[in-house]
Amino acid sequence: MYEFLWHGRGGQGAFSAAKILGCAYSLSSDNHKALAFPSFGPERRGAPIKAFTKLDTKKINDRSQIAKADFVLITDDTLFNDSIFDELKDNGKVILCTKQILSDPRIVTIDGVSLALKHLGLAITNTVLLGAVAALFEDIKVEFLKEAISQNLPKKLWQKNFDLVTEAYEQLRSAK
Amino acid sequence: MANKFISGNDAFAYGIALSRPHVISAYPITPQTTVVETLSSFIANGTLNSEFIHVESEHSALSAAIGASSVGARAFTATSSQGLLYMAECLTYASGGRYPIVMMNANRSTALPWNIYGDQRDSISLLDHGWIQAYAEDAQEALDLAIMSFYIAEHKKVSTPFMVNLDGFALTHTYEVVDVPEQEKVDEFLPPFETDNKLDLDEPKNLGFSAGPDTNTEFKYHEQQGMLNAYEVISECEQKFKAIFKREYPGLVEDYYASSADFVIVTLGTIAGTVKDAVDTLRSDGKKVGLLRLRYLRPFPNEEIVKLLKDAKAVAVLEKDISFGNEGTVYTNVNSALKKGNVTCPTSNYIGGLGGRDIEKHQIIEIFERITSMQSEIKFIGLKGE
Repeated sequence: MYEFLWHGRGGQGAFSAAKILGCAYSLSSDNHKALAFPSFGPERRGAPIKAFTKLDTKKINDRSQIAKADFVLITDDTLFNDSIFDELKDNGKVILCTKQILSDPRIVTIDGVSLALKHLGLAITNTVLLGAVAALFEDIKVEFLKEAISQNLPKKLWQKNFDLVTEAYEQLRSAK
Repeated sequence: MANKFISGNDAFAYGIALSRPHVISAYPITPQTTVVETLSSFIANGTLNSEFIHVESEHSALSAAIGASSVGARAFTATSSQGLLYMAECLTYASGGRYPIVMMNANRSTALPWNIYGDQRDSISLLDHGWIQAYAEDAQEALDLAIMSFYIAEHKKVSTPFMVNLDGFALTHTYEVVDVPEQEKVDEFLPPFETDNKLDLDEPKNLGFSAGPDTNTEFKYHEQQGMLNAYEVISECEQKFKAIFKREYPGLVEDYYASSADFVIVTLGTIAGTVKDAVDTLRSDGKKVGLLRLRYLRPFPNEEIVKLLKDAKAVAVLEKDISFGNEGTVYTNVNSALKKGNVTCPTSNYIGGLGGRDIEKHQIIEIFERITSMQSEIKFIGLKGE
């Protein structure tokens, strides 16, 4: 099983991205199973939230929260600190939206805000992270992310997010 | 058939919509809200032809459903926690009146302290109110139970209201792949609701009457018989369901290696999934452990429990419920079944998941380890400060 732990702030779409990721994986094969859920409870704009995606090739029985993830995905670098590494499995990766250059081999950075402003006109970086996942994790394909975006976001946001996911994907592919 | 990546609540709403209820009456409460939001959106966009009654309270929601059922309409309502408790007065009107209403309950803790998260103290505290109670493990089972609940409740031999329970958040708000059946298949499976127990100008009769000491016991006897008849109707329903939808359900209990195990956990709802993972891990180490998942608490699967646990060396009941001053109510019920079946192995009771606290796999493995040493105990798990 592959486990994805999302950190975001209320309103940044971390849970929507967690859901799109699960949807995209399940669309790509009948054997692909996924669970996606938020940290439960009342949501407040701007307050830190977590979301979870579990992917497997068999039915996923365990609905408990993810303690150690293959990928920790962070929409906003104000949510990043050293305790994040406690949430990583061995060989796990943090994907962090930031303008900073960080040399830690466990962290992959992408300037999500600039990409999101270019395509959406808003600093909403959730789908940037989806493109980044596609670049780093071979079982997630951009074409299925696009299909999942069409199933989960309003139509007026489809093309903008297709472009955003594709550019984020290409940026990290070429950096690899 | 179409696979959709949807939440447990959305899956349940699809199951209800496909069952074509005439009347839906509901009042929103977390974590039930999105079920009735989704159903009202189906009505607004024209895909569902039902009368949606916006009521001012849960008491009114169930009262309206009773009114609808008493003129022969298929009726649905949904609630959770305090909303279910507020409905409690009406629960016995529905069951005593033999109105086969279907209700979805999103299992949630009850106040105080105020808490919106999942446990099962709301529905389990109401086991004696005459409703069939089923508990789903995943979103597919929730959708399928939505459809089957009308079949069972409305069956002439049963005529008893049906509460389908979904764990708050862990099931209601978790997204997963669900096969949403085609309308034609559901129409083939589910007969229209037909009853003589209704107000009818051509055959006038008195409904909702009083019955004094000279007749009351007989009404309650028939209510018990209706519920007991559900045993065979559930089986008949699941056979027909399998023939049409190609999905199989195991009756009132699920046997996950329980009958071949020395040590068994009995539980219900979504936590059964985590127990399955723990059983797989321990079995791969050669440990003879198993899970008995209760799919129904009413009617209670006395015979099935005895059949599956008769050779067990120890049994643990894990539940998100406590009857203060005694023990978990599921534990009381399981012990009663074992006693009636002359099964004498030690039993223990583990109370956990209250107010939405996660129960993790390592805690399940610890329960198996504890009962392996043949202790008999009643214990809160994951208690801080221990």
